[in-house]
Amino acid sequence: MNRDACRHAIEAIAWPVASLIAALALFGVFVAFYGASPVEAWRLLFVGAFGDAFSWQNSLQRAAPLMLTALTVAIPARAGLIVIGGEGALVVGGFACAAVPYMFAPPSGWMGTLILLSAAAVAGALWIAMAGALRQYRGVNETISSLLFGYIAIALFKHFVEGPMRDPASLNKPSTLPLAEELRIGDIGPFDVHWGLAWGVALCVLGTLWLTFTSHGFATRVVGGNARTAKLVGLPANALIITACALGGAAAGIAGGIEVAAVHMSANASLIVGLGYAGILVSFVARHEPIAIIPVAILFGGFGAAGSMLQRRLGLPDASIQVLLGIAFVIILASETLRGRLPSLRLSARPAQQPVASAAP
Amino acid sequence: MYMWNRRDWLRATGALGAGALALPWSRLALGQAPITIGFIYVGPRDDFGYNQAHAEAVAEIKKLPGIKAVEEENVPETQSVQKSMQGMISQDGATLLFPTSFGYFDPHMLAVAAKNSNVRFAHCGGMWTEGKHPKNTGSFFGYIDEGQYLNGVVAGHMSKSKKIGFVAAKPIPQVLRNINAFTMGARSVDPKITTSVVFTGEWSMPVKEAEATNSLADQGVDVFTMHVDGPKVVVETAAKRNAMVCGYHASQAKLAPKAYLTGAEWNWSSAYRAIIDAARTGKPHPNFVRGGLKEGFIKTSAYGPSVSEAARKNADAIKARMMSGKFDIFAGEIKDNTGKVVIAKGAVQKQTDLELEKMGYLVEGVIGKV
Amino acid sequence: MTPDVLFDVVIGVIGGAVRVGAPFLFVSLGECITEKAGRINLGLEGVLVFSAMAGFAGAYWSGSPWIGVLAAGASGALLALLHGLACSLTRVNDIAMGIAIMLLGAGLAFYLGKPLIQPQAPQIPSIFLGEWSTSPTVRAALSINALFPFGIVLAIVMAWAFANTRWGLVIRMVGDSADAARAQGTSVTAVRVAATVAGGFIAGLGGASLSLYYPGSWNEGLSSGQGLIAVALVIFARWRPLNCLWAALLFGGAGAIGPALQSAGIGGGYYLFAALPYALTLLILVVTCSPARTLKGAPMELGMSR
Repeated sequence: MNRDACRHAIEAIAWPVASLIAALALFGVFVAFYGASPVEAWRLLFVGAFGDAFSWQNSLQRAAPLMLTALTVAIPARAGLIVIGGEGALVVGGFACAAVPYMFAPPSGWMGTLILLSAAAVAGALWIAMAGALRQYRGVNETISSLLFGYIAIALFKHFVEGPMRDPASLNKPSTLPLAEELRIGDIGPFDVHWGLAWGVALCVLGTLWLTFTSHGFATRVVGGNARTAKLVGLPANALIITACALGGAAAGIAGGIEVAAVHMSANASLIVGLGYAGILVSFVARHEPIAIIPVAILFGGFGAAGSMLQRRLGLPDASIQVLLGIAFVIILASETLRGRLPSLRLSARPAQQPVASAAP
Repeated sequence: MYMWNRRDWLRATGALGAGALALPWSRLALGQAPITIGFIYVGPRDDFGYNQAHAEAVAEIKKLPGIKAVEEENVPETQSVQKSMQGMISQDGATLLFPTSFGYFDPHMLAVAAKNSNVRFAHCGGMWTEGKHPKNTGSFFGYIDEGQYLNGVVAGHMSKSKKIGFVAAKPIPQVLRNINAFTMGARSVDPKITTSVVFTGEWSMPVKEAEATNSLADQGVDVFTMHVDGPKVVVETAAKRNAMVCGYHASQAKLAPKAYLTGAEWNWSSAYRAIIDAARTGKPHPNFVRGGLKEGFIKTSAYGPSVSEAARKNADAIKARMMSGKFDIFAGEIKDNTGKVVIAKGAVQKQTDLELEKMGYLVEGVIGKV
Repeated sequence: MTPDVLFDVVIGVIGGAVRVGAPFLFVSLGECITEKAGRINLGLEGVLVFSAMAGFAGAYWSGSPWIGVLAAGASGALLALLHGLACSLTRVNDIAMGIAIMLLGAGLAFYLGKPLIQPQAPQIPSIFLGEWSTSPTVRAALSINALFPFGIVLAIVMAWAFANTRWGLVIRMVGDSADAARAQGTSVTAVRVAATVAGGFIAGLGGASLSLYYPGSWNEGLSSGQGLIAVALVIFARWRPLNCLWAALLFGGAGAIGPALQSAGIGGGYYLFAALPYALTLLILVVTCSPARTLKGAPMELGMSR
């Protein structure tokens, strides 16, 4: 058993790393085409992402919302659903967070912040749960409906934020009323990274704990693995699936709430920058394993941080990092097919016949 | 103090040491010392519009000796821009930053400025308020409504249908001020003229902009202008509909040489220079920088070949009065398009009047709703 | 609103439906053929953007819009080929790969398209169907993207071919039952890759119509999600090519109605207008789907209505 787990773990890291190296090599070709030095680009990618304290903070900060939006994909995926509407849940979450003070004055301090984030979580949860419910009760494909819900969320968001709920003082940048100073989410200690990172890491860890160690999480995985079996053993598939969607949606909702409370201070159109879509790729690369989302999101954030550096130092177009990410994701996702084919470990796959191989890993 | 701790920590943990090289006193001692300046754009640098207007000025600034410019484009108004600014400071040693998009100011630029009190921030877009915002930040902006007024004057002469059109992004004060100036310019020529407005809701969405232009042309509009980030699509679509067009942000003349009448262009290099010189000589940071035609912050495109003699004469005359400071666009009585008096008879709101920066109405003659 | 203005608005929306709808038509036809073979291509958004850039580049360098159109189709096919091949590998998820392709296509387009933002390229000609009218509005509305009639023909040919030709049958069989197709000795992988590539080529024509006709320039904001929504359009159209035409016109018209009303002085709610087609699609899905049966017309292999 350990041997299998070990092989699994090695493969889970080896293939993505190999893919990443391949992607970097290809990216070097692109850079060379542009007339810049690939070696310098590689160096700057590293420096910009993880080269010094600032870079680390930069990467971690960018990773924080991605961890949460990736959970929006990962958790429903474990229940067998592919949800791509995280962007919508993030947007309604941000909206709910900014909308709370319109209804009542939340207590100042962390209680108030918690209320804001709860509102965001509930909004996001409802948003994705709708897609789950439509799938379970009406047979509507959740991938499509969550995508459509995303467009609707964005339209409603802009309509309210730039219309009825617009702060008259937000003159040239239409926004809701800014959150009170005491409700905002600050930085972690002396670091230039806000507490959203802690939320992201904590929820990813909780996600894996829930899936691995609770019976509810186990039941969810059974439903996701084989709905028919689940029915046979009498699991309440509908409830489990919709709950998984709600949990996923809550994560993106919190991401939106944090973006508002830690970065923008009010809800406005700047919230909509594709964090939800990026989360989809992060989750797939992490194979929908919540804890694996953490390093993948940090890597993704690191690319973003490095992109800024490539522009400033090499004058490469801003899109170069998008090219790199595109190449990397295509290769990483395609490398999924190689799973179970790690050459040096092939022997250990048949330990019963060839006990000799047990020395291999 | 908390702020100090953070900065010390950043340096101590080896932010490449670059940030530490550019301490304020070393700059003071050297006078015209070399300086690294960061420029951040919200869109592509060559969009024939807002970002290009900045990039053109940056290209000029770069030619000056002792200036190293670092640039980033397509930076969204999120924590990305905060990190880009901090990166320019910590990694490139920039001591002066120009975050050029309106949305960068609050909260992003303010957040970074609070952590870097030795770095100067010059934001484009008129947000800085005495007493409210720190001294190391500031904003500069131009009274481009003067250019839009002149656009309107030319449009008023050239329009045959007496219907002129405005493709706008969002109903915000800056945009409304331009729509109103354009309309009043045209109506100063012929009070029968009306301006139809279409808001696209986005700063850059080409298909919507094209569709807005077409819809307006369908309603008989024959002269267009716009306030979106990249006017290229509106200019080209208007030309395809055999309509005339007045440009905005930068010159779009070469996109439609026949249809292009004139345009309201930014001319940022004078504002840039003033701010950069202050930084290099150690003078206080100019926090509140504004100017119009007179100060050279904006300019007008050369008239297109189809602009009539009468239009040129009239527009030139008004331009001359603007240059001498004797012309006020927002002089009462001005009614909005619901009939309410917004500026009383005899009252004048000078360009510097902050009331104008809160504009929330469309003047008489504009067809559209805020 | 006076009758005159109303007339102009209606004509304007009809014209707008064709103008704005053209890219929708091509991406939905492209997605339709892909899905008929049993595969989803969410990457058409990337295909659309990349081919728009390539088409513009082709027209700009060669001086001929038609070479641009070919370049757009070819580059769309190339990107779709990548998607098709990658998804043929076992355990590769087509949804995730689609999103990766979307990122890659847009990234490549933006990267390579930097020098193309400024220039102007020769445009696809218009077909003037409104010469009989004296109204400039009618004439404008009826000057149609020369690719659009081609799209209509393509929709008709596809509808006919799916029903009546061996090729059409093979694609449908692969999409409805891979096992049956294999039993017939058909290579499921080859058919799916071919269908995906064809779909990419067709979607590429949509890209050409964006950059070479309407709005007619290369710009990083050129697509506002037309490619991504293709998947919804195809469901909306029940996987029938002719319905794709109506769906595209509906989505196009919905994009045109907001500006048309505003230009006639009726403003407000422009964000909600923009979301109308999405809400409508969702509503139709909710009404017509049922957990008990699969969606009518849905290729069984798609797993679209499990």
